[in-house]
Amino acid sequence: MYRYDEFDRDFVHARVAEFADQVDRRLSGRITEDQFRPLRLMNGVYLQLHAYMLRVAIPYGTLSSRQMRMLAHIARTYDKGYGHFTTRQNIQFNWPALSDIPAILADLASVEMHAIQTSGNCIRNVTADHFAGAAADEVADPRPYAEILRQWSSVHPEFSYLPRKFKIAVTGAVRDRAAIQVHDIGLHLKKDADGRLGFAVYVGGGQGRTPIIARKIRDFLPEEHLLSYTTAIMRVYNLHGRRDNKYKARIKILVHETGADEFARQVEAEWAALKDGQLTLPDADIRAIEAYFAPPPLVPRPEGDEAVKLARLDSRSFSEWLQQNVVTHRHPDYAAVTISLKGIGEAPGDATDEQMDAVADLAERYAFDEIRVSHEQNLILPHVARADLKAVYDELVRIGLATANSNLITDIIACPGLDYCALANARSIPVAQEISRRFAALDRQRDIGELKLKISGCINACGHHHVGHIGILGVEKKGAELYQITLGGSGDENTSIGEIIGRGFGPDEITDAIETIVETYLALRSAPSERFIDTYRRLGPQPFKEALYAGEVRAA
Amino acid sequence: MKVLTANRLIDGEAVWYAADGWQETIQGAEVVADKDGEARLEAIGAAAYAANQVLDVAVIDVVLADGVIVPTRLRERIRAAGPTNRNDLGKQARSHAASAAA
Ligand code: SF4
Repeated sequence: MYRYDEFDRDFVHARVAEFADQVDRRLSGRITEDQFRPLRLMNGVYLQLHAYMLRVAIPYGTLSSRQMRMLAHIARTYDKGYGHFTTRQNIQFNWPALSDIPAILADLASVEMHAIQTSGNCIRNVTADHFAGAAADEVADPRPYAEILRQWSSVHPEFSYLPRKFKIAVTGAVRDRAAIQVHDIGLHLKKDADGRLGFAVYVGGGQGRTPIIARKIRDFLPEEHLLSYTTAIMRVYNLHGRRDNKYKARIKILVHETGADEFARQVEAEWAALKDGQLTLPDADIRAIEAYFAPPPLVPRPEGDEAVKLARLDSRSFSEWLQQNVVTHRHPDYAAVTISLKGIGEAPGDATDEQMDAVADLAERYAFDEIRVSHEQNLILPHVARADLKAVYDELVRIGLATANSNLITDIIACPGLDYCALANARSIPVAQEISRRFAALDRQRDIGELKLKISGCINACGHHHVGHIGILGVEKKGAELYQITLGGSGDENTSIGEIIGRGFGPDEITDAIETIVETYLALRSAPSERFIDTYRRLGPQPFKEALYAGEVRAA
Repeated sequence: MKVLTANRLIDGEAVWYAADGWQETIQGAEVVADKDGEARLEAIGAAAYAANQVLDVAVIDVVLADGVIVPTRLRERIRAAGPTNRNDLGKQARSHAASAAA
């Protein structure tokens, strides 16, 4: 995994010292909130309903055990014993005192972490496929490129005051697990006919108030041009992106209003001046970064097959967990494990300090010291020998993280919503908890099959509801919470934006409504193998509308 | 009716204004019922903001139910109590802890 060089280390330490001084000046009243606010936001410090919130960057969602233990330490020492993993592969602490934040940042710096650029109108944490480096279906690990983008974009003087925030996602597989088509820039790492690495470049995707699917503006960009081409995109956006209206300032609006073809033409024109210049990545530099992400020594462990077979005979729950939360690794003796942070009735994405410590121990012992955070708010052990799966499972059972629900209806994405968030209109977490309890029975969940349910507490869509097979958006209507349902969204290689199905539901109706939708699907699917999203795409919204609202139409 | 609320600068703690200063719970906050009272609270809030004691200052709507101050908006009820999914956190945890100890 990537290790800080001298430059990174000096930069992060200098920033901690600088921010400590700014906090000191703020607390002693030498600078006002108006002066301080942009400074704290640049360092990931927000004010929420109950307290400050600190958002810590986890570059491309990759953590070592040492880093995870530090997150546990921060949760225990400065917070209330837990943290919240987000859809941006980051972690948020909900209760830090401003006066403690310099100490927290110093602790983070000691394990090569920080909170820089987790807020503000700059290039945010670059996200990546959480199975990167392990997935059987990828052409190459996308994280070296995410790291190159991270280094290039960190306090980039030209791109620190963009019209609006900017999010880049990278995947190295055709099967898109990084939702690249709903990012400002989405990069799909692939090989051309000659076997050279490069990217399909998507631009102008996003969720929020105006969900738009990204447009592909280049089918193959050779890898050495990553930074010059990205710079060209950023320049066109920086120049023409709207600064007069916050709601129209994202690049998606610019691409949409300009037209993808014309936008691509402008990027190419800009690029013509940059191409083959100093932003061209020397092959040696790419390979040097790549070396940091070299796969761990996956020694053959052929005993895994037999061990797994025996353990399955012995334990039905292990067998279910294996089927649900364990995926194929590119090495036949290994597997990638999803640790669900979606225990039945729990707050999605929350983990206690003890759980974080225990996951760190597991990673150290069984997974080459590597942990990932997925944008679906789970943790991943990307490289586990199949022979060790039972031991990992047993430990997960002990710490309460063995819920076998990956990709099922209770594997819900939910933003913090009105329980924490100052921007929220409605709560998300209790809705997720109630739906999770309603569908708790694993047999029923497995019968329903893959179903992505995503909840946001306001139109900012941090809970990715637009791309949920079932999306739930909390709004405030006449002072009360109301939940709008969208159906048919998807955040993979066949990205689609969900459609609003009809009038919203109150907090005491929403779980029933979800159950009605699920029962309708079960009755209509052509075969158990037809997923919810496929049934919806085949039949459209009508049968679901009828099931939800038929009574009202008749009554009217 | 209205009360004055904010978050404390040093730790972000939600606070409400009472006759003897800012306090950490809404009960006991100074309740005003007319425009003059509201203007006075606004002035106090602005002064406390200027004095770097608090931020996110707001005068919010409340009702009195049997002498208990209840904010009108859910957002403010949650600020006054804590996250609804964790009654061991936020202000509600204090009474929770107190009753657990009793
Ligand atoms: S979607 Fe809205 S409520 Fe949820 S975390 Fe984002 S801003 Fe807050």
